[in-house]
Amino acid sequence: MEEDRKARINRLKWHCRRSLLELDLAFDRFWQRHEDDLDVQGEAALERLLELQDHDLWALVIGREVTGDQQLIAIIARLQEV
Amino acid sequence: MTYTVRKFDAVIVGAGGAGLRAAIQLSEAGFKTAVLTKVFPTRSHTVAAQGGVAASLGNSEEDHWHWHMYDTVKGSDWLGDQDAIEFMCRKANEVVVELEHYGMPFDRLDNGKIYQRPFGGHMSNFGEKPVRRSCAAADRTGHAMLHAMYQRNIKVNTQFFVEWQALDLVRDAEGDVLGVTAMDMETGEIVVFHAKATIFATGGSGRIYYSSTNAFINTGDGLGMAARAGIPLEDMEFWQFHPTGVAGAGVLITEGVRGEGGILRNSAGERFMERYAPNAKDLASRDVVSRAMTTEINEGRGCGPNGDYVLLDITHLPPETIMKRLPGIHEIGIQFAGVDCLKEPLPVVPTCHYQMGGIPTNYLGQVVVPKDGNQSTPVAGFYAAGECACASVHGANRLGTNSLLDLLVFGKSAGETAVADLKASVKAHKPLPQESIDRTLARLDRLNHQKDGADVHQTRLSMQRTMQKHAGVFRFKGMLAEGVERMAEIAEQVAQTQIKDKSQVFNTARIEALELDNLIEVAKATIVSANARTESRGAHVRDDATDTPQTPDGRDDKNWLKHTLWYREGDRLDYKPVQMKPMSVETIELKKRAY
Ligand SMILES: Cc1cc2nc3c(=O)[nH]c(=O)nc-3n(C[C@H](O)[C@H](O)[C@H](O)COP(=O)(O)OP(=O)(O)OC[C@H]3O[C@@H](n4cnc5c(N)ncnc54)[C@H](O)[C@@H]3O)c2cc1C
Repeated sequence: MEEDRKARINRLKWHCRRSLLELDLAFDRFWQRHEDDLDVQGEAALERLLELQDHDLWALVIGREVTGDQQLIAIIARLQEV
Repeated sequence: MTYTVRKFDAVIVGAGGAGLRAAIQLSEAGFKTAVLTKVFPTRSHTVAAQGGVAASLGNSEEDHWHWHMYDTVKGSDWLGDQDAIEFMCRKANEVVVELEHYGMPFDRLDNGKIYQRPFGGHMSNFGEKPVRRSCAAADRTGHAMLHAMYQRNIKVNTQFFVEWQALDLVRDAEGDVLGVTAMDMETGEIVVFHAKATIFATGGSGRIYYSSTNAFINTGDGLGMAARAGIPLEDMEFWQFHPTGVAGAGVLITEGVRGEGGILRNSAGERFMERYAPNAKDLASRDVVSRAMTTEINEGRGCGPNGDYVLLDITHLPPETIMKRLPGIHEIGIQFAGVDCLKEPLPVVPTCHYQMGGIPTNYLGQVVVPKDGNQSTPVAGFYAAGECACASVHGANRLGTNSLLDLLVFGKSAGETAVADLKASVKAHKPLPQESIDRTLARLDRLNHQKDGADVHQTRLSMQRTMQKHAGVFRFKGMLAEGVERMAEIAEQVAQTQIKDKSQVFNTARIEALELDNLIEVAKATIVSANARTESRGAHVRDDATDTPQTPDGRDDKNWLKHTLWYREGDRLDYKPVQMKPMSVETIELKKRAY
């Protein structure tokens, strides 16, 4: 189980490598703060968020766009912490 | 360690603009083509490009490829090869129109033609006045471009290997290139991609600097692989710096901020640009502003606890202007500087942005090296395009919007040349050289078993800080020489990096250690080449290169109008002449570069 989580987290971490430096930095900060408290629902929400195109993702992080999806909102809030 | 072999006609490393463009050519011609990429294609760094792509379409006003060529030669400070520059500027319209046919949603004029806007350095009538030459798709040009080309590739059956990391070039005793070794990140499996044509399109290496506008993925893998296989790197001393990256983060703050009235200030609150450029002030050209900022910092007038940045002040502008005209700047300030730019100035530093040098190529996209007295002999089976290649069209300094053009023109050209070579070649693949594959296996094995080694993160950080301090935007003789020595020490640590995590699935620690093997080659190439070039030209500016009638602004054409070639083995340097003869028009004669 621990092994599985590590593999899943590693995969998510690689999927956080993006085309925009802004996003790389935001995700870097996210992992430093939230790696340990990310639960399975959080992982699933993050995975869905990472499916987005980078400009759309960035627009959500800086609040220029909003979503009604509660699970995404929870992840985005953590990405917005400065 | 085990590995498997897979055979293709062509393997392309990189799925950014250059790689996708090359792949279209090969797949359309019916060749079995594999494209390897570390990230999903539309997450390649090309997505970050917003400004547009240059082409003298002349949709809004008169324009001509010859004027574009003149601007590019001048911008390059005459270090660009004039045959390749003519080729690129003449091909621009064709590749932009092709892109339109692939479905690129360019901004349009009322008459339906592509809308064009002006961009720094692009002029009409041989430098007379600014011209509208840049074609864009809102502020998502790069993204739209990748999207259109990715769809086209799907249609023509290009085979993508997403989340694969190419590790080394496979090169046999005769010097021919026969593919790459690569790792599937998902499983850790090692595969040899055995090919008759290998195209590198791995993008830039901006992460060698501490402060960089480049995304984390830009680690110069193509350059590292080429250097380890004995291929020289060309003109690596030339890096374009952007004056305003957020201090400590690198995120780019557009020129538009100064255009709207933003002012640069030192620790005394002084508007220091008035001293350096009394007329243009904060709107002087990128290199002038960057050097002025560096001088302020070096002379102790920097801000912050370490005095290592200056301030970009827009607090005097109406908040409505900032929010409306400069969207995103407020959020960038909050996110990456912890500063509300409506109330407080933003900390900024000159930040590494674009690599002019790279793997030496000609305008056909072939990788060329000196051999048997010929300065530019093609390496059989090896091609490169985009930011990782040096054609050389940007010479000592790139013009904005010319790099998206570069990757379209030379991506296509590399693909076309590979197609022609494949058609002319004998049927069978050449046998794989075991020693070449063993080198990759030994590198992985070393990493897996290293004890008491160096930490990857720390080692990368010391490389980045050393580059920033010793080979930044403004260069000093003593600092460069010291930097060369320091970098050699850091390279020894890189050869002994250690990772704790030995797992197979998406082992990011391993991936980053392997990336560092590439970054360090680029860093060495840059600092050794910069130390040797004792003139100032374009983006390479040295304090000890004096302004005399023979060497205006420190540029020394008599001794330094030549390309640098750095070889990994023994840090050896060689030089080759600049191609001053264009393909069809007259040479654009040497002049002082002044705007
Ligand atoms: C913020 C910013 C704004 C810019 N704006 C403009 C602009 O407006 N106009 C302009 O002309 N230029 C602009 N540029 C420059 C331009 O974006 C780049 O030079 C260009 O996009 C590089 O394209 P490329 O195809 O060479 O490489 P990239 O798009 O960087 O693609 C590299 C590819 O190689 C792959 N890769 C790398 N290493 C490996 C490996 N080991 N194994 C497998 N795959 C690998 C990556 O996954 C990726 O797919 C800008 C640059 C920046 C940083």
